[in-house]
Amino acid sequence: MSKDYPNDLRYTNDHEWVRINGKIATVGITAYAVEQLGDITLIDLPKEGEKFARGAQLATVESVKAVSDIYAPVSGSVVKVNVPVGDSPEMLNEDCYDEGWIVELEMSNPSEVDQLMTSAQYEKELSDNAH
Amino acid sequence: MTQSPASASPAASSPTGRGPIGTRHLLHQQPAIFEQGTAGRSGASLPPCDVPAVDPAACFGELSRAQPAGLPEVSEVDVTRHFTRLSRWNYAIDIGMYPLGSCTMKYNPKVNERVARMPGFAGLHPAQPLSTLQGALELMYRLEEVLREISGFARVTLQPAAGAHGELCGLMMMRAYHQSQGRHPKKVLIPDSAHGTNPASASLNQFETVAVKTGSDGLLHADAVRAAIAQHPGDIAGIMITNPSTLGLFEEQIAEITQAVHAAGGLVYMDGANFNALLGKVRPGDIGVDCMHFNLHKTFTTPHGGGGPGAGPVGVSARLVPFLPTPTVEKDGDSYRLDWHRPQSIGRMRSFFGNFGMMVRAYTYIREMGGAGLSQATEMAVLNAVYLRARIQDVYPVCSERPSMHEVVVTDKRLKKETGVQTLDVAKRLMDYGFHPPTVYFPLVVPGALMIEPTETESKETLDEFADALLSIAQEAAQNAELVKSAPHGTALRRLDETRAARSPRLRWLPASATPAQKG
Amino acid sequence: MRYIPHTDADIDRMLRVIGAPSVDSLFSHIPAALRHTRPLDIPALDEVTLLSHLGDLGARSIPSVGATIREGAALSFLGAGLTPHHIPTAVDMLLCRSEWYTAYTPYQPEVAQGTLQAVFEYQTLVSELFGPPTGGDVAPFICNASMYDGASALAEAVLMARRVTGREGSLLCGALHPHYAETVRCYLAGLCEPGTLDAQLATVAMGADGRVETAELERALSERRSTVACVVVQTPNYLGVVEELRGIAQRVHAAGALLVVVCTEPLSMGVLASPGSLGADIVCGEGIGMAIPPSLGGPGVGLFAARADFVRQMPGRLIGETVDQEGRRGYVLTLSTREQHIRREKATSNICTNQGLIALAFTIHLSLLGRRGFVELARLNLAKAEYAKSRLTALRGCQLAVSGPTFNEFALRLRGPADEVAERLRKRGILAGVPLCQPSFGLSGLPDADKTLLIAVTERHRREDIDRLASAIDEVCP
Repeated sequence: MSKDYPNDLRYTNDHEWVRINGKIATVGITAYAVEQLGDITLIDLPKEGEKFARGAQLATVESVKAVSDIYAPVSGSVVKVNVPVGDSPEMLNEDCYDEGWIVELEMSNPSEVDQLMTSAQYEKELSDNAH
Repeated sequence: MTQSPASASPAASSPTGRGPIGTRHLLHQQPAIFEQGTAGRSGASLPPCDVPAVDPAACFGELSRAQPAGLPEVSEVDVTRHFTRLSRWNYAIDIGMYPLGSCTMKYNPKVNERVARMPGFAGLHPAQPLSTLQGALELMYRLEEVLREISGFARVTLQPAAGAHGELCGLMMMRAYHQSQGRHPKKVLIPDSAHGTNPASASLNQFETVAVKTGSDGLLHADAVRAAIAQHPGDIAGIMITNPSTLGLFEEQIAEITQAVHAAGGLVYMDGANFNALLGKVRPGDIGVDCMHFNLHKTFTTPHGGGGPGAGPVGVSARLVPFLPTPTVEKDGDSYRLDWHRPQSIGRMRSFFGNFGMMVRAYTYIREMGGAGLSQATEMAVLNAVYLRARIQDVYPVCSERPSMHEVVVTDKRLKKETGVQTLDVAKRLMDYGFHPPTVYFPLVVPGALMIEPTETESKETLDEFADALLSIAQEAAQNAELVKSAPHGTALRRLDETRAARSPRLRWLPASATPAQKG
Repeated sequence: MRYIPHTDADIDRMLRVIGAPSVDSLFSHIPAALRHTRPLDIPALDEVTLLSHLGDLGARSIPSVGATIREGAALSFLGAGLTPHHIPTAVDMLLCRSEWYTAYTPYQPEVAQGTLQAVFEYQTLVSELFGPPTGGDVAPFICNASMYDGASALAEAVLMARRVTGREGSLLCGALHPHYAETVRCYLAGLCEPGTLDAQLATVAMGADGRVETAELERALSERRSTVACVVVQTPNYLGVVEELRGIAQRVHAAGALLVVVCTEPLSMGVLASPGSLGADIVCGEGIGMAIPPSLGGPGVGLFAARADFVRQMPGRLIGETVDQEGRRGYVLTLSTREQHIRREKATSNICTNQGLIALAFTIHLSLLGRRGFVELARLNLAKAEYAKSRLTALRGCQLAVSGPTFNEFALRLRGPADEVAERLRKRGILAGVPLCQPSFGLSGLPDADKTLLIAVTERHRREDIDRLASAIDEVCP
């Protein structure tokens, strides 16, 4: 599994990543989150059209012995969910940044992006928390 | 079971070295019962039909069954061998030490089993007239009496079927109490080291849980509790506190905590999972606890049965008595009756009167031990845990410097850093040494936790074998980490693929003829 | 003390390793004010005295099962949610193996394959009894590793239906066992704002045939449009009557609710179509009568099966098939993320301990009976009960309380007060049935409940036992 944190993405404390393309924010979970969970067995996806405020619970990821909530990194409504990843959650273990994206949100407040971390900030955050 | 060097050596990784649980000649796969036998075979012995036969289709029409349920077609010999062979694939307390922390796997006395099977107990139907149930009611009355004596509570209900059911019952009573006072507080304080049943039981009463952080010494601090209370003024329904805690520590500030919760109008629920550490030493009812469940299957030796049944009686302080489930058992002169007329009762948590068969076993045990014997059981349970701690703590660091009670929580911190071997590996390797692993990765607040509860029924020799095994595994980890990481080697099956089980669940046996839709 | 192995010398050696002066010093960190200082007032008993004490207590009750009549047992026709059947000797002999009853929950699958495989087989059996048959178009039911008992299983089924539908209302229909109705009420009270319970939990009356009044059901469903999570129906119901599930299911599903079926007599599945094949979404029940002696009603085993697509909302443990690292078939606890030890306050239930050993007894018994024996035993029960019905309704002034078809239990209206008749028969060594005026066993809405006796007849009753019951009732009835 890649431990890289791509430069073109933005990150949250809760280990989500965001790819910005105009008003569309694609959301996934980071390699660190995937490693902590281990083999992922289930993803509970939201429905298209559902609206989420920033920080609201967007989806749930499960491994054999853990459950982890995914929070909306920015506010917006769901325009697309990754149905194949819902059917084959192991895709997240294989590729969490490209094939393993989770949802696309149409942002209602794009300025929230400024509050997300860069990859350098996120990596520093991870190393600070590792003691 | 004695530890033989052979089963601990790398040689154990060869198939011929398997079988420390005595299953060596049974290592073949045991097919599902549905895959055995042949059409038309049966293990039934039914009386002849001495009345006119009746056609179900004539009685029930379309509601009658067209196709018999897919039960096995086997003889009694097949059934006996199947379940005997399967049984030999189980570890059990009668095979060896079973140091699952928090689960209290102590020896289950044989006499309990004999008594529970007496026709005067086992043969009673719950709808019999009370005049024919006097002995059973007396036993329940007496069990409540001894549990009150042991715990100091005003009354005890025997109805809940297990510890978690008792928690639910206790919280329902707490909720009813607050309502009777015209209050509707919503928050229940729960330390972060608590059993998962605590927050789950709270949710079933629409309480919101407020997690309270355990201090760095592993104890719950009154300051932290007061701070949590201050954040929710007027909204504290109570606290759920496990004592000794899941870290195996006596909550030394319990008096102050109790005071703070009571001052905020809350009640104190004590999770009694670890009450076996306090028999004859501390009576929760005397120190301000309002409500506590007993686990008859932990503290009072009723068997765990591969998952259950248990029994979870709940003791309460005087102010919760009106809310006890119905019925209660009462004594009038020389006879016993059931009291159904309890207007403030929460009602009924299940059918009939509770897991009576477990009550018989627990009462038998308590009467054999007597008060002094129960205190001695607590003393030796604590001595055993503290002794084990002393034997292993240099290699497996303890989670807290405070004194342990009946169980000790250690971690894989050192081992993982030095060898890469983790708690799960140690647990699996212990099987090759003939031991059931301790509870692992719980409590959640201790990373890589191994929670070891030897109980009082293990001898010093057994404890030494267990400690030697743990120390030997640490040495193996240093010399040949792969041997430990790939354990167990001597069990009938190796590590199982839990991910596969969760990703494509197969939760029942299906015949080969099942359609793809049915296989899911 | 025979269960505590420590000698004084052992204790001394252990204290030396610990570095503690005495056993009491191990408790010195408990604040003195909290310590209990007087000895517990419970005398200890040696095994001889213990057995004599417990034997005396046992002798103060009169068993109705498991002993012969010559040994002082009563001839019993009691059922009411627990119909005791003959349990073959092999069941208890196998249950007595230590590897079964002294094992814990199978957390470590490599050393618990016995329990895991047996419970997997139990899950399969219960799915076979209650779910749609294999070989059809509908997926079979899944079943969990057991609940405490039938009543708490029903309460959990109602909670599950609320999660699945996102609705809060429940309708309890017709002749539902009163303990089950009370348990649901107790569980729901915890989840309701004060004063709102009656809005969430309503009942639907039965008709003169003892079955759910479908017009009433329709009315209740349309009144509570789109708020009903589930409709609960027992079959055979508390009065023994077999409900017409298919018609009920259609109405329930049309209202967007789930049909929860209760079955306290799993043997009836030998002759009755499974609730799952008639439209039930969740089926729960009680297996004690087919597993172990009645033991005053507990421990039993709460049976719990449901449509496979509801699996993520199931309460309780589930055992699944998998392979080990060498590719051999094995079993593990699975889908645990639903449960309290992982999901804590968001868990589907707080249940932890289940009734594994009783589930095992149920599995062994059903395996012994097998495909044919199970059907034959059910037919035998039906025949005996029909014979008893014909004998008892031939008595002057005695008639069936309700007219619907029954399996092995029925409600008989007597020509006198049921409790007095029962008490007179008890003095003759017969427990004739449950008077429906007995505390906690009554059924509201039943006319003449005080004259009604609920009578269960099984393979344990010979023709002459039934004849004896009939003539005794005739003699003592005023």
